[in-house]
Amino acid sequence: MKIKKKIPLIDQASKLGFWGGKFGGNYVPETLKKPIEDLEVLFNKLKNDKKFIAERDKYFKNWIGVPTRFIKLENLTKHVGGAQIWSKVVSDANGGAHKVYNATVHCLLAKRSGKKVICGDTGAGYAGKMLSMAAKKFGLKCKIFMGAKDIARQQPNVKAMKKNGAEVVPVYSGSKTLVDAVSECMRFWVANCDTSAMCVGSTVGPAVFVRICGWSTSQISRELKVQLIDEFGSIPKKLKLYNCVGGGSSSFGFWNEFMDYDKKQCEFIGVEAGGPAKSKKHAAPLTYGSKIGILHGAAQYVNQNSDGQIEETESISAGLDYPGISPLHCFLKDTKRARYTAASDEQALEAYKLVTRFEKLRPSLEPSHAFAIAISESKKLSKDTVVVVNSCGDAYKDRGILEKRLGKKYVKSN
Amino acid sequence: MLNPISAAFVKAKQEKRPALLTYTVAGDSSKKQSLNILKSISKNADILEIGVPHNTPVADGSQIQTSAYRAIKNGIKVKDIFKIVKDFKKFDKNKPVILMGYYNMIFQYGENKFLNKCNLSGVNGLIVVDLPWPENKDFAKKCKKKSIYFIQLLSPTTTKIRLKKIIKDSHPMNYFISMLSTTGGKLKVSPKEIIKNYIKIKKINPKKKVVIGFGITEKTIDKLKSADGLVVGSAICKEISRSLKHRQNPVTNVSKLVTKLKSKIL
Repeated sequence: MKIKKKIPLIDQASKLGFWGGKFGGNYVPETLKKPIEDLEVLFNKLKNDKKFIAERDKYFKNWIGVPTRFIKLENLTKHVGGAQIWSKVVSDANGGAHKVYNATVHCLLAKRSGKKVICGDTGAGYAGKMLSMAAKKFGLKCKIFMGAKDIARQQPNVKAMKKNGAEVVPVYSGSKTLVDAVSECMRFWVANCDTSAMCVGSTVGPAVFVRICGWSTSQISRELKVQLIDEFGSIPKKLKLYNCVGGGSSSFGFWNEFMDYDKKQCEFIGVEAGGPAKSKKHAAPLTYGSKIGILHGAAQYVNQNSDGQIEETESISAGLDYPGISPLHCFLKDTKRARYTAASDEQALEAYKLVTRFEKLRPSLEPSHAFAIAISESKKLSKDTVVVVNSCGDAYKDRGILEKRLGKKYVKSN
Repeated sequence: MLNPISAAFVKAKQEKRPALLTYTVAGDSSKKQSLNILKSISKNADILEIGVPHNTPVADGSQIQTSAYRAIKNGIKVKDIFKIVKDFKKFDKNKPVILMGYYNMIFQYGENKFLNKCNLSGVNGLIVVDLPWPENKDFAKKCKKKSIYFIQLLSPTTTKIRLKKIIKDSHPMNYFISMLSTTGGKLKVSPKEIIKNYIKIKKINPKKKVVIGFGITEKTIDKLKSADGLVVGSAICKEISRSLKHRQNPVTNVSKLVTKLKSKIL
């Protein structure tokens, strides 16, 4: 299993949609074969179409507000006393998280295919919020599926979705989190694929959705590459890119443009959700060696029991609380291009406290996982090492959890 | 020897009616009860579809989901499902049994090991909801070697070219999904329309048996009886849920329902 150079990773899948011969694919009900094939044809055509790219870039620039900032965290660097710690503040994007790139592209595709309705899943609520924003912008009716447990813990985003005119459908089955929301969204699409488009909220699902999402979030690394060269004159000799990984959309987008660099120069570190320190449950299939299985149409490493039932996960961050992981990340792990580890709920909270104490930055619980590992590893790294953490979401949505776990001052002080 | 599935179609045709296929979830609501349900309906059903419950069923509506979650909660494992089939076959050895489920369960068990177990316990056919053509080509071949029918699913969205290719590779029985829906949805197209689509499929190769499923209840079944076979699933799962809720015996209630279904297609 090898990564090819000079070919985008999203285009390295086989004809049947497998990366490395075994990750991804299209394990879908027959009914979805045709709509998926239609979407593939459309996407393959448009992703190389100059007009379409110009249209995408126009909305990215004028509506999403790219590029997002690339900043040095001076105080945090001083406090940690090792590598230089920088952040790519993707939460600057319209709506407050990276999910807006994928949502925008899916709405543009839906418009091209003449669909009037777009449905999507959401965990932390960001994918849903962004899809509702984009749907409103492009005049599409929007339906968001969200686990009942997530609806309760991510209220600010639920309110935003409703304000944007989306219908938020609570999902009560299973663990009432993201995994069930994705299943329910796919069910809706099975029954309505003639009139509706589906947006999978991360680099998961049948192969074409993995590809579309990866293509969309790659905007992050395109910007970062330019920003690094502006700042340092060239790509630093020792560069480490830290990103949280749930489904894997922000991390893939954060890394994509650096894929062909040697990992000794440019290392990718993916941080999964380890769950509560005292719990055996987690959302870290790569870190804890889960077996390959099929989830939501794709073969991937996934938390499951010996019978093949998908296991319940547990994490303080709804956005990372998913038992599977993108086929792209499975491929990056097995080819050893990226390294994966996990941070616990408590580590993420500590990192949030530290970052907000020293910097005017308020990462949501998801990127706080990445900060936790970046900070602890930076201590041991040389001063010429450039550590960049993708702050891919804003903590506004987490205020309820933060207030409960850390007290009022951590919500008010920012 | 003729696969009992084909034999069941021959018998139904002789009686000038469609074959009646029932779907129940293995282990719903317990291992023992699901076996008793199978025994009680086998006199009226021609082919028994037994669901392998999965906790992430992307193509199932709420009725079958409820049954699957209930069975899993009560501890059903793949090995128990084979035991249920084996015990049932001791009771009625010629009644064809089809297992229906999601690919991950087979993948984790191991394709070859799963098929061997199918042979040993008496499974005659398999429906794998999320293993479409052409992804299923290799597995379907393995099934054939074991004399197990791999049943292809066909949908209203399946294009004509694709229909031809699938049917060419298919085994003697195929399954037509009546409409764009998860299992148990309300019939949103007219039975006339469904039969029209069914005939199109039959014309491609009249020898292959085609059953129709999704959204069929005692109210709609008689309007579709020109098909080779008709599958009722969600309506039965719903009856089990209803019985449990009212503290009634699901075995007798399901048996009554299947008797009624049978009477409508005679």
